Amino acid sequence: MENSKFEIRNPKLKNLWIWIGILILLAPIGLILPEIFKAGGAWGEWGADESEKIIGYVPDGLKRLSKLWSSPITDYTFSGWETGVKSYIGYILSGIIGVALVIGLSILIGKFLVRKNGNT
Amino acid sequence: MHIPDGYLGPITYGSLWAAIIPLWVYASKKIKETMKASRIPLLAMASAFSFVIMMFNVPVPGGTTGHATGSTLIAILIGPWAASIALSIALIIQAIAFGDGGITAIGANCFNIAFAGVFGGYGIYRLISGFNPPSPPFIKGGQGGINSHLIGAGIGAYIGINISALLTAIELGIQPLIHTGADGSPLYSPFPLSITIPAIMIGNLLIFGIIEAVVTILVLIYLRKSHPELIRG
Repeated sequence: MENSKFEIRNPKLKNLWIWIGILILLAPIGLILPEIFKAGGAWGEWGADESEKIIGYVPDGLKRLSKLWSSPITDYTFSGWETGVKSYIGYILSGIIGVALVIGLSILIGKFLVRKNGNT
Repeated sequence: MHIPDGYLGPITYGSLWAAIIPLWVYASKKIKETMKASRIPLLAMASAFSFVIMMFNVPVPGGTTGHATGSTLIAILIGPWAASIALSIALIIQAIAFGDGGITAIGANCFNIAFAGVFGGYGIYRLISGFNPPSPPFIKGGQGGINSHLIGAGIGAYIGINISALLTAIELGIQPLIHTGADGSPLYSPFPLSITIPAIMIGNLLIFGIIEAVVTILVLIYLRKSHPELIRG
C-alpha cells in the first residue's frame, strides 16, 4: 500500500468501491422511507414555496437569497421524474453523478496538493 | 443540517466563510505534508461515502427527516484534516449540483459538518480510545483495546453529529435577533433559538446520532476484518 502507484483502481480498494455502488443502488430507501411516513425534508431546509406554507409568509431576505442559485438537479430529482419509480431511478442517477463529481474533485485536489509536495 | 440559501443573513454566512477558508488552507497544508499519493483514492472514497450516506434520509416523528454524515468515521480512517476536506467536497457538490444546502451557506455547512462535527467527534474518539497516532489502533500492539476503540468511535460519532446539529440550530436561531427589516419582521430564518434548538436537536439526539454511531461502528468492524491496512496509522 505504501509504495503502490497512485491509482483509483487500487485492487485492495475494489470491493470497497463495490460497497459504494451497492449503497448508491440502495439510496432510494432514503426516499421511500420518508414517503411511507409522510415526512418532508429536514427541519429548516424548506424552499421558499414550502416556507410560505410552514411559516405563513416568506421573509424578504429569504425570498431574495433563495433565488440566487438554481442547481441543475435540484433535490436529486430530474424534472418530469418527480414521483414513483422514476423518482427512485432519478435518485440513483443523482447518486452516480454526485459520486462521480465528488471523486473527480477529490482526485483533482489530492493530485494538486501531492504534486506540489513532490511526494508522488 | 444543510442550511439552504436565504436562511442565514450576510453577517452569519460571511463570518462562517471567513472561518472556513483558513481552515481549508491549513487542512490543505496538512494533507500536503502528511498524505501519500497512494492514499488519494481513500480521500475520494471517503468523500463518496459521505455523499452517499447523506442520501439515506430517515423520517422522524414531526414530519421531518435527517441522515448520518460519516464525519467521525472518516476522521478515524484518514485523519481529521483530510476528513474535513473530504466532507467539504461532498457538501460543495451537494450544494452546487443538487441544491442540497445553499451556495451562500457552503461556509456555514462546511464549518458545522466538515469541521466542527469532524473535530468534535474525532476528539472524543481520541479521548475515549486512548489512541495516539502514529500507533495504529487496529493492529496488534496498538494503543487502547479494540473495545475502547469502537466505544470511543461510537460515542465520538454520536457527539460529533450533535455538535454539527447544535451549531446549525444556533446559527438559524440567532437570525431573528441580528437581521430584521424596518418593521421589525425577520429577514431570514424567522424562528428563535427556543424553537430551532428543540426542532433540530430532538431528532439528532434520539435518532440520527444513534444511526451515526451504529454506521461508524459497523464500518470499522467490517474494515478491521477486511482491510486492516487501510486504518490510518
